Amino acid sequence: MERSLIERTAAEIARGVNRGEHSAAEAVDAALARVGDVEERVGAFLTVLSDDARNRACAIDERVRAGERLPLAGVPLAVKDNMCVTGTRTTCGSRILERWTAPYTATAVRRLEDAGAIVIGKTNLDEFAMGSSCENSALGVTRNPYDLSRVPGGSSGGSAAAVAGYEAAIGVGSDTGGSIREPGAFCNVIGFKPTYGRVSRYGLIAFASSLDQIGPLTRTVEDAALVYDAMAGYDPMDSTSIDRPVEPTAKGLLESLSGLKVGIVRQFDTRELGDDVDEVYDRAYHDLEALGAELHDVSLPTADYGLATYYLIAPAECSSNLARFDGVRYGSRVEAADVQAMYENTRAAGFGPEVKRRILIGTYALSSGYYDAYYVRAQKARTLIARDFEAAFAEVDLIACPAASSPAFTFNAKSDPYSMYMMDYYTIPMSLAGLPALSVPCGWVTPPGGALPLPMGLQFAAPLFSEKLLLGAAHAYESATKHALKHKPEVGARG
Amino acid sequence: MSSEKIDVRYVAKLARIALTDEEVERFGAQLGDLLEHVNALGALDTSAVPATAQVVESRNVERPDTVVPCLSRETVMAQAPQRQGAFFRVPRIIAEG
Amino acid sequence: MADVTLTRYQAVIGIECHVELKTLTKMFCGCPNEFGGEPNSKVCPVCLGMPGALPAANGEAIEHVVRAGLAFGAEIPAFSKFDRKNYFYPDMPKNYQISQYDMPLTLGGEVKFWREDGSMSACRLVRIHLEEDTGKSTHAGSGDGRIAGSAYSLVDFNRAGVPLMECVSEPEIHSAEDAVAYLESLRRTLLALGVSDVKMEEGSLRCDANVSIRPAGSTELGTKTEIKNMNSFRSVHRAIENEIARQIEVLESGGRIVQETRGWDEVNGVTHSMRSKELAHDYRYFPDPDLVPVEFSRETLESIRGSLPELPWRRFERLTGQYGVEPKQATQLVDNVALAEYFERVVAASRHPQQAKNLVLGDLSRLANETQIPVAESKVTPEALAELIALIEAKTINSKIAKDVLQRLWENGGSPKSIVESEGLAQTSDPAAVEKFVDDVLAANEKVVADYRAGKTNVAGFLVGQIMKASRGKADPALVNELLRKKLG
Ligand SMILES: [Mg+2]
Ligand SMILES: [Zn+2]
Repeated sequence: MERSLIERTAAEIARGVNRGEHSAAEAVDAALARVGDVEERVGAFLTVLSDDARNRACAIDERVRAGERLPLAGVPLAVKDNMCVTGTRTTCGSRILERWTAPYTATAVRRLEDAGAIVIGKTNLDEFAMGSSCENSALGVTRNPYDLSRVPGGSSGGSAAAVAGYEAAIGVGSDTGGSIREPGAFCNVIGFKPTYGRVSRYGLIAFASSLDQIGPLTRTVEDAALVYDAMAGYDPMDSTSIDRPVEPTAKGLLESLSGLKVGIVRQFDTRELGDDVDEVYDRAYHDLEALGAELHDVSLPTADYGLATYYLIAPAECSSNLARFDGVRYGSRVEAADVQAMYENTRAAGFGPEVKRRILIGTYALSSGYYDAYYVRAQKARTLIARDFEAAFAEVDLIACPAASSPAFTFNAKSDPYSMYMMDYYTIPMSLAGLPALSVPCGWVTPPGGALPLPMGLQFAAPLFSEKLLLGAAHAYESATKHALKHKPEVGARG
Repeated sequence: MSSEKIDVRYVAKLARIALTDEEVERFGAQLGDLLEHVNALGALDTSAVPATAQVVESRNVERPDTVVPCLSRETVMAQAPQRQGAFFRVPRIIAEG
Repeated sequence: MADVTLTRYQAVIGIECHVELKTLTKMFCGCPNEFGGEPNSKVCPVCLGMPGALPAANGEAIEHVVRAGLAFGAEIPAFSKFDRKNYFYPDMPKNYQISQYDMPLTLGGEVKFWREDGSMSACRLVRIHLEEDTGKSTHAGSGDGRIAGSAYSLVDFNRAGVPLMECVSEPEIHSAEDAVAYLESLRRTLLALGVSDVKMEEGSLRCDANVSIRPAGSTELGTKTEIKNMNSFRSVHRAIENEIARQIEVLESGGRIVQETRGWDEVNGVTHSMRSKELAHDYRYFPDPDLVPVEFSRETLESIRGSLPELPWRRFERLTGQYGVEPKQATQLVDNVALAEYFERVVAASRHPQQAKNLVLGDLSRLANETQIPVAESKVTPEALAELIALIEAKTINSKIAKDVLQRLWENGGSPKSIVESEGLAQTSDPAAVEKFVDDVLAANEKVVADYRAGKTNVAGFLVGQIMKASRGKADPALVNELLRKKLG
């Protein structure tokens, strides 16, 4: 049965456009129509770029007619609103940037556009990417398409929801401590964070520079690979992007796991997630074995310190990165009699509580007298965590573990900041070590009191620069299990 | 590792964020809680461990000294919260009195 | 202040310089590094600190600092990195400055400098590091452009992100004169290296002085003050003198020096306290995660070292030592590299530094001044000048003819030898020929001769002049004198 344009994968849309079976304009129109249908309930977007998207689609169609073949021809793309797109409002979900228009385009987005993708809108996020539910956005509420009473995860919740709700074929987000993988898990999509430095950060509004990494949110692993292949590679505008060849990943994805050694982290096993959740992961590990993988116990003795390490390093960097929002050159401003008061009032009104908390803790951790005790010690702990992974990867090819501490939760369920931070318990260690990691749908649970089954995500992590292996393994697992296809989102899909 | 109480007002001054008394209370308590969790790092022996500032080691990434076009002045000034001619305008830098 | 009071104290001065580097582009973006221009016209997302923009280091600027370090004999550590210095200020786009904290590009070294009397001294350096400049604020509403009392400020970010080298000296300068001599030498060196224009009036050289005093003979450091706002070497001199005097007065009247920043008031010739109620500084330095460390191989350093020009202090030493050039003239030569090189080529070709000095700094420099053509670009080649010196030294021509020949060389170039030959300007040293001129003049001036013999010996000069005139200037003046004295008895 022919599936509707919105249900097709990026690979299918690009193939259709390149072969002239349908136009980019039709693909974009279909996506925009879907946005019109469901956005009121989902709220994935902060800005929808209908006119720009239609114009760009026509341009792509012309290029294709002229004989060009583009890997993402006509693919509707949802961009997290912390990435700059020329002439477009770019807010970071913050009051302070509510009316800021970017004068340039982020390298990663530009590369996707060059590959034929069409930005249809900018998606909601936790303010400045700080959060795990999108509830910290000052500018909108995003709901989980699989259960509208629940959060989509965060901070890239808008992009995850847009893709899960069939509003866009692909999305991009940024992951600092799990901000792609966790919403991926919550929304039944692939959330993939490449090796730190693989994708240029130029034009990504920084949260924590040494951790931030852009990555895809897609409905299939193949699409994630296509997006990665288009984005990855050295950018002279980002000195921390890595200048070494990128191995393309989309062609020849693995179909089996035979011979692969997969590590199960002993320390993670002791954590109680609840019986039904534990059961999903046990079954997932069992499935890996059934697909030919050899399971090994691995030890990450310092992984338990990940959260503490992260909550010093990330706020320290953010306290400095966000200093530029001061009401002088751009952004909102609260007038006052002198500059100090103007700064203080502007930032008090412009930032939400979570952003303020992190700026304060980071400022404290860097301040005179505390720098060595907090910041430097965290950097040393980071070394130990990276070494643990190195030792583990001497034994195994991949590590498998949960992508989040629970399935999607209801709004306002995590009012205590630390309980929210705990959501990223499994994703933070990989971020600290810079490793490529992704979340792939691995099953469903219906929580007590919940009416709808909720998706769960299995996280795979691989050694630095092992994207090809990582995506390959995820693809083999995905094709064999097809968990993502077992339920449709609550907002439905037009058939 | 220290577990003393954070002087939230001082830190907020450094960070240039005005806080209400209620916020000083609330953030003070929350930051204290977080610090307690973070203090767990004290259990790690890091005396002989080098610090990691960047996880992927690279060196000498340099840009050639060649000029690229600037932004147009209108693009730059269009977003100024307050401008005077071609300048950004800010209130007095040193407080009065 | 009585001199006796002054001698009871020793001043201790350290100098901190910020020098804008001469590059085509800014430190971390491709905007042009140029002075002036319409406000906010030389900016981009990077140097304006726009959301999402990232710095990319200018390799040329890094090399400039290393060149300076090597010239001053500094150590270039194998590993260096950029750090963020965090503080809020309206002309700082990111509210942190990318700078270097604990691992600067260069460590140690020294600046050799010389005084007016030609004596050499040196001041050691703590470090040189690389950072980015801030934008510029103009303070309005206070009447005098000062920040205190201003109603608002206007900010231009054209200068934001310009590469800046910060050069910190040890506190081992002991007088205002030496402070200026140090700065002069630093300026000359950076100019010679081609790393900066070092113009105080354009702000490409800015300096602060840390000043303290202590009882003469003491080795402990007194409490220092930091003087800012000095915008010429003259004001550096005045400000330091003034501050030393102020500190002595405070101590003499039983007071204590307060550690503070003091601004130099050029108009009233005093320093004044700049203490404000601002927050205590806590810069929260940490490694900039947007940039990667810098490492130097021995080969890179050697190749930079090999490309260094001769340093001004070394040239000064050679000029005064080897060639006996006066300190003032040597300084002139150091400041005019082309002229100095010209001079040295003349010396090398003529092996006669004294004549070379007289001709190059005297007649040639005068001609250069009159015609506005630099000596080194004139038609007079160093080889021609050496030839002229040889003709003078061989007494082929006398100094008066030499001046004429030089004038012709200046106008038309060519070889002095052939000018002398073709114009028959060679000196007449044949005793018989000269004697004829002498006899003719004596015969024609009997009255004068009689006067001379009557004791009015000062008329001899008149007679010499007449003889030279008769010989069309070619008679050997020494021979003329000798014969005249003999004949007049
Ligand atoms: Mg400095
Ligand atoms: Zn720029």
